[in-house]
Amino acid sequence: MNRIERMFQEKRQAGQKALVLFITAGYPSLDFTKALLPKLAEWGCDLVELGVPFSDPIADGPTIQYSSNEALKAGVTVRKILSTIPPVRERSEVPVILFSAVNPLLKYGLEAIADDAKAAGADGFLIPDVPLEEGDEARSICSERELSLVFLTAPTSPVERLRRIAEASTGFIYYIAQRGVTGARTEIAADLADKIGELRGVTDKPVAVGFGVSTPEHARQVAQVADGVIVGSALINKIREAIANGADSDEAILAHLEPYVRSLAEAL
Amino acid sequence: MTLVPGAQRPDTTGHYGEFGGRFVPETLFQALIDLEREYKAMADDADFQEELTALLTQYVGRPTPLYFARRLSETAGNGMRLYLKREDLCHTGAHKINNTLGQALLAKRLGKPRVIAETGAGQHGVATATACALLGLECEVFMGVEDIERQKPNVLRMQLLGAKVTPVTSGTSTLKDATNEALRDWMARVDDTHYIIGSVVGPHPFPMIVRDFQSVIGREARAQILEAEGRLPDALIACVGGGSNSLGLFHPFYDDADVKFFGVEAEGEGLHTGKHAVAIGDASSQPGVFHGSRSFVLQTDDGQIVPAHSISAGLDYPGVGPEHSFYARTGRARYMPVTDERALIGVKETCVQEGIIPALETAHALYYAVHELPKQLPPDSVVILCFSGRGDKDVQTYQRCFQK
Repeated sequence: MNRIERMFQEKRQAGQKALVLFITAGYPSLDFTKALLPKLAEWGCDLVELGVPFSDPIADGPTIQYSSNEALKAGVTVRKILSTIPPVRERSEVPVILFSAVNPLLKYGLEAIADDAKAAGADGFLIPDVPLEEGDEARSICSERELSLVFLTAPTSPVERLRRIAEASTGFIYYIAQRGVTGARTEIAADLADKIGELRGVTDKPVAVGFGVSTPEHARQVAQVADGVIVGSALINKIREAIANGADSDEAILAHLEPYVRSLAEAL
Repeated sequence: MTLVPGAQRPDTTGHYGEFGGRFVPETLFQALIDLEREYKAMADDADFQEELTALLTQYVGRPTPLYFARRLSETAGNGMRLYLKREDLCHTGAHKINNTLGQALLAKRLGKPRVIAETGAGQHGVATATACALLGLECEVFMGVEDIERQKPNVLRMQLLGAKVTPVTSGTSTLKDATNEALRDWMARVDDTHYIIGSVVGPHPFPMIVRDFQSVIGREARAQILEAEGRLPDALIACVGGGSNSLGLFHPFYDDADVKFFGVEAEGEGLHTGKHAVAIGDASSQPGVFHGSRSFVLQTDDGQIVPAHSISAGLDYPGVGPEHSFYARTGRARYMPVTDERALIGVKETCVQEGIIPALETAHALYYAVHELPKQLPPDSVVILCFSGRGDKDVQTYQRCFQK
């Protein structure tokens, strides 16, 4: 059992829900990412999705396009991103999953990135442009190393697909709550409970819900039906907001984020 | 060379050897399955085939002529006989409409009232807007602001045809970014929207569908050359951006092992400058996953996509269709580069020697056919070039370049 599986099991036994936070690695700087990771765990985050920026992210809305672009301009690479994980491991057992478009991983080499991610202390991969049908190689590489490979499900997935995706997904199952790209929304999709119900009918694995979750109130609503609540763009927006408001040091940005992250954790 | 006669391409999972596939977010996956199912049903449906053929004949103006270019052949020398497959004479001025009419009919069959498209040079946007006007579909075209600037006349044409043109400012504001934006829109509105992709790129089944609709070019050319010369050609040549006009010409000749295929990529300011759109034919070319399929693509050592560069908006694309990558890998086709500067020579020669103003895209193939191909083929070779589009959209660029 790896850190992700253990975390969800403990949450379930305690009757609690997991807070999953996405950040773009290297935004606004790699040093900030290094400083942020252990803090997130301290403030109540149960799992970190460490986003590898990609030049052409088709599943991302304006917020993550922006942060990815900024990180790339600042010179972040896959190798540098891996270097942010070992320092966290000295202080925390918070699971870390690499969230990446497939191309940067292919260029690195799938076996090589799996080996290096494992050595750095990462716990798995989430590759949004690799659906089940293209995932055989990544599945065997991850399973040989006890790394989770999380597959995504969507409102458009028929129940028979949900069953097959759930079977293949390890660690947890990601449910995309909205049609469209990532990004903060004002409301949670109306069909969420029904679709999660369908998913529960075909699997016992933990289900985490993302896309469009931005406020503690959203998090509370989603937590009623899911095992985990994923917040991404809204967190990136908070970082942007801090910088726009004149935060001129990593500490100042962290100070701006802390109450927000704590409020999400408390909402669960 | 590996020839696989009669083999099914792509295979049942949408792969061409190691290339192709369906690398898309889960939100779109079921739409791709539905699309493939309806496409196959439609391909076997005699009524549909009849409807499409009638439109291609009466509306598009097919078959397009196969024209023997006497003066360009003389310039080429070595006894070469150069034939131009005149896709520039299609309604809307390029081959793009062969695909958009087929896919617009498919959209109706899928019950999707709204169509979106990406466009670079604007030809695919115009062809999509045209098909949507004809069939009563709502149409929105995504176009990079950079391309809106350099292809103004096509923007106005799309708007006249009732389409909404949405400017794209993300990334490099060109074709690749317009494609990203179209994919994002499709994810949001997949239930009521069909995405008419403009080339043999994207996730399966798009490369196959676009190839099949464009294959009318090669089927006609095959019959026409047999009529004109009493034999098959020695070579086929066409420009390659995503690669739809070239694949349309090549595909029906795939099993004719003696017919050589030449794809011409845009070399921009030159391979050594890094400012080019040569996805396949560079020594450092590497496959990657981009816009939903695995194929050759311009990328950095860290797997980030590198923006392409070409004077021609239609070839200004860092990727290429997966079937072209398969052709390159197996040696079925060769891919050669032509710079911006040489393409302009091709424009000028074709204007003054044949009285035809070619599109910038087509001019890349024209230059190579006239100046390089004769050296590589035996004397008296017969060559068919896909004359993919007319140059009206480029006259402002020509004026600027030729006044220098």
